[in-house]
Amino acid sequence: MISNYEELQDMHIDVLREIGNIGAGNAATSLAMILNAEVGIRLPTVRITDFDTALNAMGGAEAMTVGVLLNFSGEANGMIMFLLGMDDAQNITSVLVQDDAPAEEGLSEMKLSAIKEIGNILGSAYVNSIALLTGLHIDLSVPYIAIDMAGAILSVPIIEFGAVGDKVMFIEESFFTNEQKLNSNVIMFAEVDTLQRIMGRLGIEG
Amino acid sequence: MSELKKVGISDYAVARAPDVIVTYALGSCVGICLYDNAKKIGGLSHIMLPDSSMAPRGETNRMKFADTAVADITRDLKNMGAGRLTAKIAGGAQMFATPATGAMGNIGERNVKAVKAALAALRIPIIAEDTGRDYGRTVFFDVATGIMKVQSIGRSTHEL
Repeated sequence: MISNYEELQDMHIDVLREIGNIGAGNAATSLAMILNAEVGIRLPTVRITDFDTALNAMGGAEAMTVGVLLNFSGEANGMIMFLLGMDDAQNITSVLVQDDAPAEEGLSEMKLSAIKEIGNILGSAYVNSIALLTGLHIDLSVPYIAIDMAGAILSVPIIEFGAVGDKVMFIEESFFTNEQKLNSNVIMFAEVDTLQRIMGRLGIEG
Repeated sequence: MSELKKVGISDYAVARAPDVIVTYALGSCVGICLYDNAKKIGGLSHIMLPDSSMAPRGETNRMKFADTAVADITRDLKNMGAGRLTAKIAGGAQMFATPATGAMGNIGERNVKAVKAALAALRIPIIAEDTGRDYGRTVFFDVATGIMKVQSIGRSTHEL
């Protein structure tokens, strides 16, 4: 039985990676609909990694970051967090929201709600991939947003993981359209009994 | 020469004047600065969870939890010759306006409470505090002066 993330074997990580791949694929489709453009995606990298590696990949502890958090519950419990650097957040929202708010004043209210909605849709894409693979019934919370230092935002999932180990599930995804490239990261946390249930549904000994 | 010592998450460091200890981007975690003003010996601890009873099986890092981290850093400071200690604490924010219902509840608030309880158990008074709210904090602790400097995005830096 898995009792924490340190104990995940290659076959378990392959399952999580597959969830990540399907999730990112769904996310690209959703993003294409929001942006009304063709959206390509590079094969995402899914890593079970430590906190510092995740932070470095995001530009360091003090890098200004937008985080959208969704909690999921039901037959699977955990949280998913969608993370964007400030520049990427400005770029993606400028496609969706034409307002004159100067970039140096941060994201306007309109842009904030656009990001929240993108996070919501992309987060749902991942959670749906779990539901699709496992047949588990999963409810998703409303999205919550924070803009702050990467370390402070990441402290939220890391604390959840902290009670079950020092590793996080960290997905790096890169979407592109003709004009734009969007790098984002996703952190997914599933409680240990949820992990066991997912593995069990897929016929893998958790 | 003053050295800048970096403290990561679930980590602590002790130092003597004129060193400065820093921990970056505290969110719901709590930074605890302990100081002997007479001997200019101090330490900074960055805890992540309230209580070592929450430790997963096989957990070995005592610096992760308020109760064990405060006990250990105090012991290290005493071993360096520190006498009477005072504390300044920062962090324990609630980064997202989620309802406090999950397994962790409002973990920032719980961390702050646990730190206060751990300090009270060792009779270490808290002389300054910048906790709660909804934003991240970077903490610089100057062991020469005992000043805790708190930096946040979009807010003025302040010294406690």
